[in-house]
Amino acid sequence: MSPEQNAVDTVIDAVSAVFMVVGALMSLAAAIGLLRFPDLMSRMHAATKPQVLGLFLLLAAVGLQLRTWWVWPVLLVAWILQLLTVPVSAHMVGRAGYRTKHLHKELLSTDELEAVVVKAAKAARDLEDDDGGNRTAG
Amino acid sequence: MMELVLSVTAVALAFAAAGAIIRIARGPSLLDRVLAADVLLAILGAALCIDMAVNRHLNNLMLVVAVSVIGFIGSVTVARFVADRREQPSES
Repeated sequence: MSPEQNAVDTVIDAVSAVFMVVGALMSLAAAIGLLRFPDLMSRMHAATKPQVLGLFLLLAAVGLQLRTWWVWPVLLVAWILQLLTVPVSAHMVGRAGYRTKHLHKELLSTDELEAVVVKAAKAARDLEDDDGGNRTAG
Repeated sequence: MMELVLSVTAVALAFAAAGAIIRIARGPSLLDRVLAADVLLAILGAALCIDMAVNRHLNNLMLVVAVSVIGFIGSVTVARFVADRREQPSES
């Protein structure tokens, strides 16, 4: 092996080592956030770090260490699957958390869902009133 | 160098898993526990990826994908059927 090839190998090893350490620190940051943040919404913010960026860094480290081109599409598919599923589950958890009032209202800077919820509740009440009127009339 | 990286990441992931398990045990609501279980699965996937990178094989790749799908299905299912059973709301 030529010395030039050796130097390239060392650089690739160093980059993938940095990726692995940073990716593991993402998981550690998520755990610290889970333990220290006050309510469900801010804990959700911390929990997404290892799921997207952490997984990306670690899959990139796998691709760099294997040193073959054909693993990259496979790793990309694995990462895109994660990208597609994480927002859906975060949306469901956040919605359920809002509905069951697992949040500190005073920590929110804006609450765009509140107007929608109030409007939907008012519409449901109006519909109920209409039904009641019809029933007494008929 | 790889041995050093392996030990550093192992220590970080062990502390992270301990934190997630503490949140699962303490978590005041069901949704906190679901979120912490999701993070624990992400840490498991990270450990599998590091094993693949350090030992240079691809045996765990299907397992990583399966772990992420299990986390997705689990959290969506629990969030769909969660109900508010507390007396005092907004204490979280």
